Amino acid sequence: MKGGLFTSGYGPILIVVAILAVLPFGFSANTTLNFLGFVLIVTLAAQGWNLLAGYGGQFSFGHAAFFGMGAYGIALAQVRFGLNPWLALPLAIALGALTGTILGYLSFRARLRGSYFALVTLAFAEVFRILANASTFTGGAAGVLIPLRIEAANFQFADKRSFYWLALAFVAFALLLTQAIARSRFGAYLVAVRENEDAARALGVDALAVKLKAITLSGGITAAAGSLYAQKFLYIDANLAFGPWISVEALLAPIIGGIGTVFGPLAGAVLLLGLGEITKTFFTWLLGGAVPGIDLVVFGVLLILCVAFAPRGVLGLLWRILPAFRGGRA
Amino acid sequence: MSTAPLLRCTGITKRFGGLVAVDDASLDVEAGSITGLIGPNGAGKTTFFTVIAGFAEPTAGSVSFKGRDITALPAHRRAELGVARTFQIVQPFAGLTVRENIAVGAYLRHPGRDAALDRAEDIARRLGLGPMLDQSAGDLTVAGRKRLEMARALATEPSLLLLDEVLAGLNPSEIRDMIPVVRAIRDSGVTILIVEHVMQAVMQLCDTVAVLAQGRMIAKGRPAEVASDPKVIEAYLGHGAAKRMQAQQGDSHA
Repeated sequence: MKGGLFTSGYGPILIVVAILAVLPFGFSANTTLNFLGFVLIVTLAAQGWNLLAGYGGQFSFGHAAFFGMGAYGIALAQVRFGLNPWLALPLAIALGALTGTILGYLSFRARLRGSYFALVTLAFAEVFRILANASTFTGGAAGVLIPLRIEAANFQFADKRSFYWLALAFVAFALLLTQAIARSRFGAYLVAVRENEDAARALGVDALAVKLKAITLSGGITAAAGSLYAQKFLYIDANLAFGPWISVEALLAPIIGGIGTVFGPLAGAVLLLGLGEITKTFFTWLLGGAVPGIDLVVFGVLLILCVAFAPRGVLGLLWRILPAFRGGRA
Repeated sequence: MSTAPLLRCTGITKRFGGLVAVDDASLDVEAGSITGLIGPNGAGKTTFFTVIAGFAEPTAGSVSFKGRDITALPAHRRAELGVARTFQIVQPFAGLTVRENIAVGAYLRHPGRDAALDRAEDIARRLGLGPMLDQSAGDLTVAGRKRLEMARALATEPSLLLLDEVLAGLNPSEIRDMIPVVRAIRDSGVTILIVEHVMQAVMQLCDTVAVLAQGRMIAKGRPAEVASDPKVIEAYLGHGAAKRMQAQQGDSHA
């Protein structure tokens, strides 16, 4: 292999992960740790989206479908079948991946692209949400409560930091996986399909297979985020697991952070949720009460600003205005 | 030659609704040749070409490559077997650099990143794209994009290269520059089928020329023979044109 740790792009990943890993020693407050853990879950969901949409150009508007499969998968495996959550986790991820394969097969075989594909994914997520809300197996509108039994062997931690580090391990794995894909033949093919599918086919790229592989991986990664979500809050219902909120955050984070880049989802999730949190706190302080949905206003403004001034996201903007950032690329 | 041709198209017909774009057209391309496919606008050249490359299914007829029937194979499988094409309307991966564009083609035979990138660099140099390796493909000139189309297709290491009007839209000096490039590709062992409007180039480059008019193959032979074939002249200039020309020539000789 040519190039060292840094020219290959793995070095920066290790540094960022190391910094995130020592963060809990700086903030001991539970609320901060809770918040950071949540940011990592959204990051992971967004990394799944970024692989399919950022690299592969297939814009999904329904990643909640995968997130919910992961969340319900791990919750129901415990509550209905008495499975250990550590065992249920890979099953839930597999369920998300399989959902991705099926959804991809149905829509890509039918040659759905662009907004048609986006609408179909949205429809799938909504159908899952309605079914989960109606079926007694999934607990209906009351949702699923995972019984509290705080033991590491039961995927429930007394120390909030343990959960944070676990979520960080998932995010780190997804960062490394994304970088490895970006540098592989599969990654090149994925980007080629995004840029021009016909040209890619002419060069021997099996576009359908490439897209299916991408949506399968994407579904698995976002399902892992859903599983973590379920284990963090120990309660899910249809609107939490399959609701549009996660579809929106999974796509907003990479778009704002830097679409089709390794760090985009992480940067976007930190910025998005960070600013959302600050705004909520500020308005609560200002008006003496919470203003529901004020963070969504911030999301909207951020999206508009990004589309207008930073089409390559915040990282792209930094890259452009800070010449020092370009040092590594000679 | 007793061996089978590299590419054999037999009785290709392609209908779009009521329109017959290609009508029972057959064509052989001998290994090692540069074969030209010419014809007036709307003759069905590009449709015929698309069928060979696997981007459209023929209504009837068959395509065989190296003696193997490939009529039902999708485009990417044909590329694996060694058929590469360029697009008349260039289709660069605009967001990628020249190097990355060509590497997508090179990955077909070189799964490793370093090998694919090295290969891409070699090919870029061969096609005169060396100085533009790190430029975005979207920023290339028309001539540059045409070269990139060829470079990408060549990177798949084909035995048959289908060139769809690679000279169209180029100025005369750019065409002069391009002719030796095409010839060098053939000399490196790649058989070429070229659809082209620029006659001067066709005459200089091709060993054999086939003429398609209104979906039918009306003539085939050496470039000079085809150019003086009355059927070909009529296809281009209208009914009776060959006779009128002969008459005029007769007059001026008298």
